Amino acid sequence: MTEIWLRRFYFGLVALFLAAPLIVVAGVSVNEKQDLAFPPVGFSLAWYGQIFTDPEWRLALIHSVTLAVCSAAIAVAIALPLAWFLWRRIAPWANIFQVLGLAPFILPPVITALGFLSFWATVGLFGQFFTAIISHAIFFVTLPLVTLSLGFASIDRSLVEAAATMGADDRTVLKTVVLPLILPYLVSGYAFAFVLSLNEYIVAYMTIGFTTETLPIKIFNALRYGYTPTMASVSVFFVAVAALVFGAIARFGDIRRLLGAMSSDGN
Amino acid sequence: MRREAPKSVADYTPLFFPALMLIVFFVVPFSTMIAVSFFKRNPSGFYTPDFVFDNYARFLSVFFGGVLGFSLMLAVLVAVCCVAIAFPFTYLLTRRPRHVQTLWLVGLLSVLSLSEVIIGFAWSTLFSRTAGITNLFVAIGLMDKPVALLPTFGAVLTGMVYQALPYTILVLYPALVRLDPTLLEAARTLGASPVRAFFNVVAPALRNTIVATLIMVFVFALGSYLLPQILGRPQHWTLSVLITDQAIYQSNMPFGAAMAVFLVLISLALVGMTLLVGRKENAL
Repeated sequence: MTEIWLRRFYFGLVALFLAAPLIVVAGVSVNEKQDLAFPPVGFSLAWYGQIFTDPEWRLALIHSVTLAVCSAAIAVAIALPLAWFLWRRIAPWANIFQVLGLAPFILPPVITALGFLSFWATVGLFGQFFTAIISHAIFFVTLPLVTLSLGFASIDRSLVEAAATMGADDRTVLKTVVLPLILPYLVSGYAFAFVLSLNEYIVAYMTIGFTTETLPIKIFNALRYGYTPTMASVSVFFVAVAALVFGAIARFGDIRRLLGAMSSDGN
Repeated sequence: MRREAPKSVADYTPLFFPALMLIVFFVVPFSTMIAVSFFKRNPSGFYTPDFVFDNYARFLSVFFGGVLGFSLMLAVLVAVCCVAIAFPFTYLLTRRPRHVQTLWLVGLLSVLSLSEVIIGFAWSTLFSRTAGITNLFVAIGLMDKPVALLPTFGAVLTGMVYQALPYTILVLYPALVRLDPTLLEAARTLGASPVRAFFNVVAPALRNTIVATLIMVFVFALGSYLLPQILGRPQHWTLSVLITDQAIYQSNMPFGAAMAVFLVLISLALVGMTLLVGRKENAL
């Protein structure tokens, strides 16, 4: 009995630690006046409206969403053929590209960011919006690469072989057997890259930070000039988007498997 | 379909686009950065091509040594705190029913994906005088009046542990979820209490996993670039903050690049070590 209570207490502490700053931010985001007060004084959802009505915040939102939608798509476009090739062919030297795909994510982000800064400055394209899209696509290619590799590994090869025996060529097998099987992994890879790109600061800042504001850049800039409640409402908005996307992945896919649990049927 | 070696050039076509993108936009930028670290600073632009070791020579200063030492110390502290909290937690989590695990994983991923800007802002609010946690302490009579808890070292450490904790749990999760349950059952049958079984059987069995996780979290913490800036004083700035500062605000890209190359070398050495540790575990 005491063990159960101890466990609950421990889980509660961790949950409190993880939730506390978010609760305070959610609290200050509904202040009626432009004060940093907790518990909130009055109640107003006006600061959530600000994200969409204030021209500066709306522009930042549009930049962020455009960036995330496009870069996640390119990341998947890079990861899909690569993961397929590595699954389909025996070519040990091609693993070097897998390492290259994983590297930007393992190294401290400042390094990748500075690499992009020096690259785009050298080729003379520094500050163009599309440079951030490409940079994010490379920076987050790891995520669809990992989910897709898991997806391919889960395919029963005899299924594919059966299709081939029945006379399907490579292209038909890919279209009718392989793609439908890995679709959930493709979607989750895209979703992971999308959410992380939406939240990413340093790479976006070092590529387009001087010309364009994404939401995280806008929050940081606003933070340096004092406090506006819109920062709090945007933060809550971001948490909600992330929880929604990951919740959907958990609902329609197997998030435990994606995160490394061997099989889907429990312990 | 069996895996086959590519027979013709046409078989390589799927590799073409990914290889091109990764080489042009990762290998080339990375090499550019290494090249820039040998260039000369140009205050009016980015840099002037050259081949000098000045940027590296600047490392050999007391100031730089201090920053490096502080960064490493902070990252070690974050890694130890995170693993100490996360290891028992993740272990208990993997023993819970599936839907409980799923719920936690969704929450952990949501926190993990949060922008460092938002984490910094959230903790600076929680530690502030007007909206902070000390107001709560005043309300329950623990303190006389609310105080600001930042900028302090404790604030930096708390923020960074918050940022790295979900990462730590998710790194530990696969190893713990695959842990052979019979191991624990045996210990229990022989009369060990659950707590004792955890410390005497589970923890030693996963010794290498713990070491590898410590290193992974250490590298992750080294990458924190905003929290020391938002929650701490300038003396709490780490190598990552300094790189950003040099490259952007001091417009000294070559020196920033040199520091980045140095950080890469440290990180690579450590990641290499985790791979070695991991291999040993698999061999057992």
